[in-house]
Order: sequence, then C-alpha cells, then structure tokens
Amino acid sequence: MSAPVKAFGITAILIVVLLVFAPIVALLTRTGVEDIPAATWPAIRFTLLQATLSALISVTLAIPLAKALARRRFWGRSVMVSLLGAPFLLPSIVAVLGLLAIWGRSGIFSDGLAYFGLGPLDIYGLEGVLLAHVFFNLPLATRMLLQGWQAIPSEHFRLAAQLDLAPRARFVLLEMPVLRGAVPSALLVIFMLCMSSFAVALALGGGPKSSTIELAIYQALRFEFDLAGAAQLATVQLVIGLAAAALAFRFGTDTLFGGSLEQPYQNWDKRRWPRLMDASILLLVVLFIGLPLIAILLNGVTGLMAGFPAGLGLAWSISVGIALVSAALALALALSLAHMIEASSSGTRIELVVMLLLATSPFVIGTGLFILINPFASPFELALPITALVNAALSLPLMLRIIRPALGRVDRNYGSLASGLGMRGWSRFRLLTWPQIKPELGFATGLAAALSMGDLGVITLFAPPDIQTLPLMMYRQMGSYQMDAAAGSALILVASSFALFYLFDKGGRHA
Amino acid sequence: MKNILTAAALCLPFGSLMAEEKPELVVYTYDSFVSDWGPGPQIKAAFEAECDCTLTLVGAGDGAALLARIRLEGSHSDADIVLGLDNSLMEQARDLDLFAPLATAPVGLALPVAWEDDTFLPYDWGYLAFVYDNTKLETVPANFEALANSDLSIVIQDPRASTPGLGLALWVKAAYGENAPDIWAELSDNIVTVTKGWSEAYGMFLEGESDLVLSYTTSPAYHLIAEEDSTKSAAQFDEGHYMQIEVAAKLANSDESELADDFMAFITSDAFQNVLPETNWMYPATGVAVPEGFSEMITPMPVSGPLTISDVDRKAAVEEWVRVLSR
Repeated sequence: MSAPVKAFGITAILIVVLLVFAPIVALLTRTGVEDIPAATWPAIRFTLLQATLSALISVTLAIPLAKALARRRFWGRSVMVSLLGAPFLLPSIVAVLGLLAIWGRSGIFSDGLAYFGLGPLDIYGLEGVLLAHVFFNLPLATRMLLQGWQAIPSEHFRLAAQLDLAPRARFVLLEMPVLRGAVPSALLVIFMLCMSSFAVALALGGGPKSSTIELAIYQALRFEFDLAGAAQLATVQLVIGLAAAALAFRFGTDTLFGGSLEQPYQNWDKRRWPRLMDASILLLVVLFIGLPLIAILLNGVTGLMAGFPAGLGLAWSISVGIALVSAALALALALSLAHMIEASSSGTRIELVVMLLLATSPFVIGTGLFILINPFASPFELALPITALVNAALSLPLMLRIIRPALGRVDRNYGSLASGLGMRGWSRFRLLTWPQIKPELGFATGLAAALSMGDLGVITLFAPPDIQTLPLMMYRQMGSYQMDAAAGSALILVASSFALFYLFDKGGRHA
Repeated sequence: MKNILTAAALCLPFGSLMAEEKPELVVYTYDSFVSDWGPGPQIKAAFEAECDCTLTLVGAGDGAALLARIRLEGSHSDADIVLGLDNSLMEQARDLDLFAPLATAPVGLALPVAWEDDTFLPYDWGYLAFVYDNTKLETVPANFEALANSDLSIVIQDPRASTPGLGLALWVKAAYGENAPDIWAELSDNIVTVTKGWSEAYGMFLEGESDLVLSYTTSPAYHLIAEEDSTKSAAQFDEGHYMQIEVAAKLANSDESELADDFMAFITSDAFQNVLPETNWMYPATGVAVPEGFSEMITPMPVSGPLTISDVDRKAAVEEWVRVLSR
C-alpha cells in the first residue's frame, strides 16, 4: 500500500472514530448520568421491530427485482436502474407527502375506493412506516443486489444455458453465492438506515406508539436538554448497530467467482413464464416507485409556476458546492479505507467501526460537535466545511459496502497476475483497478453527492445568518405557510440530487 | 476536479466577509422568522434605518431548538437577544439565569390577558385552534368533548418535538385538569397521526389527510389575505383556547447592551408591530391596527389557568399524553 493511501486511510479511520464517539463523550461531559427512563423501552422495541421488518421486506422484494433487472434487456432499463436511486434521495417530508398523494386518506387509491363506496385507505401505523421504508430502501437493496449479480461472469450463464441446468441447479450454482454475498450486507445497511428514522416513522406511524429511539434523542436534546440522556440513547443505538453489523458480517461471505473475459451479457433463457414474471415484477415496481415521484413532480411544477423565490439560486449553489466537495472527500476516504481493509488482517474490525456511523444520530453528532467546537471557534465560520466533512463521513459506510467487495473481486481475480507483472501503486490502480470498479465507484460517489445535497444534517445547528442550503430553505418555506413554494424547492432539490447521482452513476457505468 | 476546487474555495472564506465596522446586534430567533416570507427582512431594514448598526438575525430551528441552542452556548453565547421563546418555554428559560431584566417597562402592550414580567417581553401572540376546510366540514365541534365524540379526523403535533404540540397538551390539561387523560383517550381514535412539527401536520392537512389540524386561529387569515382563499376556518372551542405568547429577552452577557435595550424598545414600536400580522400571522402585542382579513377571524376566550408552566408540570403533562396515547 502506498504512503498516501495509508495516510488517507488512517485519516478516514480517525474521522470515523471521532464522529462516532466524540459527540457522545462531549454530551456526557455536560451533565450527570441517570438511568434510562422506562418510557424508552417501548421506543427501543418499536425501533427494532420496524427496522428489522423494513430490512427483511425490502431485501426480499429486491431479490426477484434485481434478478429481473439482471437478466432482461429492455428499452429504458438503464434509466430505470438509475431511477432506483431516486427515492433514497428524497428528504423525508417530501417523501411522506408524495407517498400520501398515492396511499393517503385522500390519495388516488382512496379516491378509487371511494368510487366503489369503500375506504378511505388507512395506512397509518406500522404498515405506513414499513411502506415508506420499503419505498426508500427497496431500490437501494435492488442496486446492491444487482451489483452482486453483475459480478457473475457472463460465461457462467452461457455455460449454464449450454448444460441446460435446471432452475434449482442454476440457483444453487449461480444465484446462491450472489445472495450469500449481497443479502446480509443489504439487510444490514437498511436496518441501520431505518433504525435512525424519526420524522417518517412518527408521521406515518400514527402516534406515540410508533416512537423510535431517534425521537427520544431529539426530545432529550431539544425539549429536556438532557444531554446525558441523549448520550445514553445514542449509545443504545450504537450497541444495536454493532450487534447487527457483527451478525451481518458473521453470515455474509464474499462472492467468489472466477475471472471473466468481460463478454457482454446475453440472456439464453427464452422460456415464457419467467419472462412474464419478470415483466410484471418490473411493472409493479415502476408503479410503486414512480407514482409518488410523479406526485412530487406535479406538486413541484405547480409550485414553480408561481415563480422562483429569491435566494433559491444561492441556496442551490451552496448545496451543490457542499455536495461536490463532500463527494470528492468521501470518494478519497472510501477508496483508501477500502484498500486498507482489503490489505489489513483486522480489516473486518475496521469496517465494523465504520458501519457504526450509520447507527449514529445526526442530532447527537451536531450537538456534540457544537459543544466541542464552540469554545474554540465560531461555529458559523466552520459551518460549510464541517457540513461537507460530516456528510462525507456519513456516506462512508454505504460507499464501503459498495466499493470494498468490488475491490476484493479485482484483487482475487487479477491480483496475482498484476503482481507478477510488477504492477503497483498508481499505475496498477489506473490500469487495472479503476476500469474494473468504475461502476461501483460511480454508484457510490453518486449516492454520496446526492445524500449530501439532500441532507439537513448539522447545518441546522451551525448555519450562519444569510447562508442557507436548499433543504434548509425548503423547511423554512414550509414553516412560513409557503407549501407551494416549498414543493417547488423540493422539486429542484430532488432533481439536482438526482442529476448529481445520475452523472456519477451513469458516468461510472458507461464512460 | 478544477470545479470541485473552485466550489471548495467559494465555500470556505465567507467568515471573513462578515467583518464590518458598525456595531453588530445578534438576535437568535426561529427559522420561520428569518425566512424571506417571515418578518425578518422587514424588521432588519426598519431597525437598521434608525440604529446605525448591523442587525444579524440567526435562525436556530423552532422555539424549542432556540432554547436548546442558548442552553448549549450558555454565558458564552454570541447572541445579544433571543426572540421567539413562548410562554410554555419561558419558565425553563428563566431558570437558566442567562437573561437580563428589561431596562424599561414595556409601553403600550395590549394583550387579552394581564401581563407582568420584568424579563420577557411579548412581541406577538395567537390562540391555538383546530383549522378546517369550511366547504367540507358540516358540523364544527364546539369543544374537545364534541371533537372526541365525533368521527372527525385530526392531525396534531407531538408535544415531545413541537411547541404547538406541547401547547395542545397544556391546553387540554388546563381545560380538563385531572380528566385530561379521559379526553385524550377519547380523542385517540380521531387522531390520524402525530407529526414532528407544525409544517408536516399542516402540509398533510392541506393534502386532505384530515378534517382538522392543530394550528392557530389566525391561520385562515393567511389563506384569506395571501391567497384570497376563504375556505379555511378555525373552530371556536367553548373551553377557551390556549394562548401562545411569543417573547423576546436580552441576554445578560450581551456585549452590545445599550443597542440591545434599543432593540427591546423597538419591539413595541409600530414599525416592528405592523410587520407581524402579515408575516408571522400572529396578533401584534400592542394596539396597532390589524389588517382587514384579521377581523374575520374567531375571537375566542383564553382558556383559564396560568399562562406559564413549570418544568415539572410540563414534563408531567407530556408524560401523561404519551402514556394515554401509547395504549
């Protein structure tokens, strides 16, 4: 490993450790520790329940979908693969209103039912929470599984077709290894993401029965100013996250296939039933994902017709600036980390710690950093660099889950050959690794950029006067009755996030 | 790569741009106050026209986040004034011992209730109320019991995360005292959902998710004046309505103490008060005339009981709310 890579990798680990643990310690320094209040136990139970179910449902549904996407070539497939990134990038409040336009009490399904004298649909409760979480995460799970499928050399499929393998044998030989590799990873990521859900879980959960740990943290920090209590709750989340990650790592294995000559994939399976199956799965998903997106689009267009609010351009440039900086930072950190984990004997442990970032609470990170920084510097002056850094760090776990397996694949397939040829350092990366893992890099960097763009995150505590990001602007509009203008800003936000994601993702897959 | 570097360069150095020679008064407030549609921009222009200073308004989330921010910064805060706490948070704020007494007694206050406080100065006020669409709702409930016995749907805010939500919990408590849990138990099948903040709830109501939403008696005035839409009304409850009185206070550690006193005096001036009705959509704290549409709003009685609440009682009311609705 070259010196710069190592330096970057160690920096990345330091940043991760700092962001995971320092805020909690900072909170603890300010007040004394008490017992966890009894009222949080139901919240812990509900958090575990909804996160587990959300992950299981998302990944289960993603398996046939990823399979269909992997083995079919159709018009619009490439756009669809990219569009799968879209729900994941929606700010929670926008997604909630979009989902309600379809599934709500006066959504299109309820209107349809009313025509027959039925309804309205009432999704509020656990089912509403799951609906939203599956909407957010089914596409992400699909992309993660699809990545695994595409690692199967096309020669294997050709061979399977030549041998006329029965579906069962095909499953055991080809698909099982993919699922063993990708499913635990996808389950883990989605479990962690849903664990810290709060606004969505509350709004669609129908009441305090659907309180999550994250809500308790928010309450402790905002209303009770019980910093130690918040630190305790954050620790509970970390412990759950650690357990989940350890479990997923225990059962997850890297997918091992031989090398490939990079033949384009062809589908030799011409049977009619599987084709119909795949078509209906794809159609259902297009509707499930697409309808709320269309609702958001229509709302936003109406809002924008009334005119572009002043300040939109500035907010947009700040958000795009932060997104690009943090994506570049995240890419450098994630690549170095991935290299380091592949090369190190304690790689799994390093990755475990990085995964913990997904289990952190943004409110705890924000408040903790504020406590740490405030005595030394004005938080206003550091707002943008800190936002970029925190956003970059928060996308590391996701990026690592995408990039690291790809890196491992390249090393396994070509590592000895490259070493034999004396390829090392930069030239090895440029000539071998880069072309091989470009799709994964593009996807991961696109996610990082778009996530950073849409994140409200730490900027709320640090935001200096006159500086606002696009998500912040959108929330402020909503707070001033400007729901239509907010829908317009939301559309611009979502469109820009998606454009960033698309540029990187598509760039990685085709350039 | 070059673009990325340019973006980075653009991001970093704005801190140094803020250096100016005029004295600077820093006011922490809530987000909707500083937004382009809020009172912030007009207030800033009006005060700067007479003070020869720079007025910096910092948006710090909602009212509760504002208080948390002040607690975080403690006596090191850059803020000279905090504007945007309300009567439900006031006692918590007072207990911090961070605020200075008012330099002069407030002039011309015209609240519907008697107000005497030597630290916190009211700048506007409103009544919480359930807002509905008057083209859809036929029977409007006249109190919480009628609402609870109806099959009308409501969206409310969570008292653990939102100030109007907290206000509602305190409202029911003030109106029904020991029987408040019974009211909540009966209300539970009317509640479609509970949201993190006002925006989510109001947005869901506008999308048609509920018959009524917890907001303010003045919310219909926004639709009437800004959108020429007269379909929204507020339901008048005969128990009386919970009053939200928004207050400002000067921090004891302000390094622009005189300027801060000037601003506190400016708050009760007509230049400040006239801005509020059509930007903050609340009633002014003094007797200035309100815009025409406001006269069409309901004028309920305040619910009986104390205006402020101790930290202990607040916690108890919230815990009771959670307990009943979690069943």
